[in-house]
Amino acid sequence: MAKYLMLKHYRSTSKSLDCAPMDQWTPDEVSAHIQYMNDFAAKLTESGEFVDGQALAPEGTWVRYDGEGRPPVTDGPFAETKDLIAGWMAIDVDSYERAVELAGELSAAPGPGGQPIREWLELRPFLGAPPTVTE
Amino acid sequence: MDEALLRSLVPGVIGVLVRRGADFAAAEDAVQEALVEAVHSWPAAPPRDPRGWLVTVAWRRFLDATRAEATRRRREETVADEPPSGPVPSADDTLQLYFLCAHPSLTPASAVALTLRAVGGLTTRQIASAYLVPEATMAQRISRAKRTVSGVRFDEPGDVATVLRVLYLVFNEGYSGDVDLAAEAIRLTRQLAAAVDHPEVAGLLALMLLHHARRAARTAPDGSLVPLAEQDRNRWDTALISEGVQVLQAALVRDRLGEYQAQAAIAALHADARSAAETDWVQVVEWYDELVRLTGSPVVRLNRAVAVGEADGPRAGLAALAQLDDALPRHRAVAAYLHEKDGDRTTAARLYAEAATRAGNTAERDHLTRQAARLNSADGRADDFPAIPESVLQDDPKEIPCPRSCP
Repeated sequence: MAKYLMLKHYRSTSKSLDCAPMDQWTPDEVSAHIQYMNDFAAKLTESGEFVDGQALAPEGTWVRYDGEGRPPVTDGPFAETKDLIAGWMAIDVDSYERAVELAGELSAAPGPGGQPIREWLELRPFLGAPPTVTE
Repeated sequence: MDEALLRSLVPGVIGVLVRRGADFAAAEDAVQEALVEAVHSWPAAPPRDPRGWLVTVAWRRFLDATRAEATRRRREETVADEPPSGPVPSADDTLQLYFLCAHPSLTPASAVALTLRAVGGLTTRQIASAYLVPEATMAQRISRAKRTVSGVRFDEPGDVATVLRVLYLVFNEGYSGDVDLAAEAIRLTRQLAAAVDHPEVAGLLALMLLHHARRAARTAPDGSLVPLAEQDRNRWDTALISEGVQVLQAALVRDRLGEYQAQAAIAALHADARSAAETDWVQVVEWYDELVRLTGSPVVRLNRAVAVGEADGPRAGLAALAQLDDALPRHRAVAAYLHEKDGDRTTAARLYAEAATRAGNTAERDHLTRQAARLNSADGRADDFPAIPESVLQDDPKEIPCPRSCP
């Protein structure tokens, strides 16, 4: 019983993804990809392992406190940020091995030509509550 | 209305339905519906015989569901309207229900969820909220668990050890969410202790009571962990402690030692010390030796190294630690603590910082980060000795080998 975040990275560097960007796929290929994601989430709900899944817009705003009585400063996007978060899925599974298995499956979502895109997903454990028994 | 009383009736009522011929999954659903109805109607019209009321309403619900199913299938009704007379519900039904819900074919997460619902009488929504997952996910987890055990005979003999493992997991999940899982685990373990005479059941109950007694002292108002040595022992619940000690002593005289009794004995030694300095560390080490013998768990060996460091000095603790794999969770936290006690603040600071990045929860991470910061800051006084970091003393249930229910 441990929760993990599967993080999808955007604006792929070669490390993350080595196929063409999605806007150069055919519409059917895009639909098939999205359908795969939805089916995957539905399957995890059915197996009792789904926690949350969200997609994020690629462009966001950077915000920072700018002192008492002043509105926050907004800025960005910064050119040096090569890597953005595209979305995530959170899962609640029995073991690390199961989390790796599911991330591998999500990474097999179809891309151009219906081939698995084999994108790198980042798997991060949640920090939960401390256990009760202490010695 | 006393919700705990209501929920305590659940296992017996499920047992009655199963003995009348309902299958477990359908019986459990029917009893849940009866519970919902009870919550609505009892405050205005409390029944004279709550258990009889639940049996009647649950049986009616079961018949309704069976009829609906039968109609769908256009078949003859197979279940008679009048409930057949069955054996009087007994403690055995309760015990069988525990066995079924902790069946070795279930994963730990499924066994926990099914136990909380079918034995504990909690709703799916409550269980989902306690484990921070969507209700739909928890509903599926429970219905899959029911399917998994659908072929298991209700009167099949089970293993108490698997049940204890499930209850321990519930207890260790702690206090987050609107359901108090620690209190619920204690209630379920008390109920089990009433149904079966077994020294390890008593041992687990004692362990829970002794830890629960420290609950108020374990966290500061800001939510941070208060280490065992720094806890205000006046805030420990003395009634729970004396009950826990009593339950433990009654179990120990039967001379069938097990891991829960040994863990409870360690907790009792801490409870017995009026201050951290008065802790009988030599005895604590002896109990850890028993625990190592019983479980062989590397996590127990790690905790033993801390106790050795207290009983025989930090060098002895470090020597015990050197025998262990440094990839163990909390290995660095223990090393940091012992190095500081040994006077090596630089190494301790580095190890605390490393330990913080490997912590499994935020409270522990924050605690370890503060330890590193204390040692790194210029004002850290040399005599400002750390309290025993409770976080280095944790038994992670996932690390202790368990009989059959773990993957």
